[in-house]
Amino acid sequence: MPTITYHQPGGDTQVIELEKPDRIMQAALKNSVPGIVGECGGQAMCATCHVYVREEYLDALPEIGDDEEEMLEVTASERDERRSRLGCQIEVGGSGPEAIEVDIPEEQV
Amino acid sequence: MSAHQYQDQSQNQTPSSVADPDARGVVIIGGGQAGLQAAASLRSEGFTGKVTIVAEEPGLPYQRPPLSKDYLKARLTDGADGTDGSGGTSAAPLPLRGAAFFADHAITLLTGTAATSVDRQAKTVTLADGTVLGYDSLVFATGARNRELPTPGIDLPGIHGLRTLEDAEQLGAALETAQNVVVVGAGFIGLEFATAALARGCQVTVLEFAPRPMGRALTPLLGDWFAGAHRDLGIDLRLNEGIASFEAGDDGRVAFAVSTTGDRYPADLVVAGVGVQPNDQLAAEAGLETANGIVVDANLRTADPDIYAIGDCAAFPCVHAGGPFRLESVQNATDHARHVAGVILGADAPYAELPWFWSTQGPFRLQMANIVRADDETVMVGDPDPAHPKFSVFCFRDGILAAVESVNMPSDHLSARKILAAGLEITREEALSEGFSLRAAYKERTQPAAV
Ligand SMILES: Cc1cc2nc3c(=O)[nH]c(=O)nc-3n(C[C@H](O)[C@H](O)[C@H](O)COP(=O)(O)OP(=O)(O)OC[C@H]3O[C@@H](n4cnc5c(N)ncnc54)[C@H](O)[C@@H]3O)c2cc1C
Ligand code: FES
Repeated sequence: MPTITYHQPGGDTQVIELEKPDRIMQAALKNSVPGIVGECGGQAMCATCHVYVREEYLDALPEIGDDEEEMLEVTASERDERRSRLGCQIEVGGSGPEAIEVDIPEEQV
Repeated sequence: MSAHQYQDQSQNQTPSSVADPDARGVVIIGGGQAGLQAAASLRSEGFTGKVTIVAEEPGLPYQRPPLSKDYLKARLTDGADGTDGSGGTSAAPLPLRGAAFFADHAITLLTGTAATSVDRQAKTVTLADGTVLGYDSLVFATGARNRELPTPGIDLPGIHGLRTLEDAEQLGAALETAQNVVVVGAGFIGLEFATAALARGCQVTVLEFAPRPMGRALTPLLGDWFAGAHRDLGIDLRLNEGIASFEAGDDGRVAFAVSTTGDRYPADLVVAGVGVQPNDQLAAEAGLETANGIVVDANLRTADPDIYAIGDCAAFPCVHAGGPFRLESVQNATDHARHVAGVILGADAPYAELPWFWSTQGPFRLQMANIVRADDETVMVGDPDPAHPKFSVFCFRDGILAAVESVNMPSDHLSARKILAAGLEITREEALSEGFSLRAAYKERTQPAAV
């Protein structure tokens, strides 16, 4: 089963098992994971779904698209050149990796 | 229909302070973007009393914006999960909060039941199923409903509105077979739907009685740009042309849309997107003032000190519009909600958040920071080529940057929001100078240069 592990800034962790492939932002909303806002509903227009992907999962990710690149420049918490991604653009399961772990930033808005 | 309850307040998992039998707490009417955020903010700000949301729609409250965007797109690809980088996922609606949220935060969500009357003397709300809820504070978050066209033939099968999940489900199904689509009204939702239908291979005509699309909200400069850009995409956009009547075919379903110029457009699917009306009847019946919305003061409070109105249903004094205003946006709903939670907890500051908005229309990602005014001076900056647009429209008031509209320039939009919200002044001269960027201008002003 595709799995997303969300690490909160305070140290809490939520492990969400997906019944079907989903994106990191959408899965967080559906499962009440705090710290991911998803204000624009996943349009790569708000950067409130910013996550830091843990090193060991970076290779499995698709390239950063133009829209995503632009939004990553204006995240509320500082961008990490290697690890920062938009949660609404990354699918887990399906065409994406089967498992991923992300750190949730301090601030999204 | 009896109400479905996601969390029963009598269960003993609620915080002890909630169990106080004398406490009536906060009742929120409406389980949309505003109502849910108000409940969430009350809890995150430390409110320990009862919080009850009364929601007329069935099921878990969901986000509306994707209904005219990804939701329709997802249907187009057989409900498969979007892997095209469009941000689309599945054909399921995107919930505002997961089901566990309500129990976790001791919020009672009553779905599938409407509030039918408010007794301000007794401080109670009566629901359609007969339940009576007492309140200390009452929040109207009742949203808006589609404006109904008085057009002859409007009740024919095949003519839809787009506001609720149910509407979107019907439209998604109708798009499977539709060939000739007529959209009445070139507003945000109408054009979002038009581009979705176009992508599905439909012939799309949009009728708009005004001279420009999205005329209420956009600068004329950007409205004109969008008119051309949508036509380039292949939409038959008819401006200065309203709807006169609908005609049925032999099967009794809509077959033609007849415009005010007498032209007849074949139509097997019609979407009417001619704006909304606030749901302010219940408040009016309770004796509260309404004027295109429930009238509230700068604290979002009605004339009754225990009753508030937020989101699409609220007519509030908007400092950015310069007078009483009603806005229909996620930003307005959520910022109102955060504000009202503070006020209920004792804060006393006028609401002054900067309005912003977005709309995705096919390849055009539109974002707006602040409300534009008719006499703003407007300048287009960037590349407006409809084949690969990437630009902003800077709006100046008395020579100072006052609003920004962006197409496929989200970083401009976010920087503009920060600049305008912080009240930073950028002159026309600076904004139009060589090499200027909103992002750099914001950084320069907020991060002192290293010594
Ligand atoms: C298709 C579509 C696309 C949109 N796209 C965008 C976008 O891209 N960007 C953007 O910023 N905004 C967009 N919006 C607007 C945005 O969704 C609304 O402004 C926002 O949902 C308003 O939130 P609200 O809570 O005030 O009202 P609503 O979301 O309308 O919620 C009000 C709820 O109250 C319920 N209710 C009403 N009366 C009663 C009663 N008596 N008892 C119980 N319940 C009651 C209603 O059934 C409704 O569920 C879009 C809207 C639609 C319809
Ligand atoms: S949800 Fe808005 S950018 Fe991801």
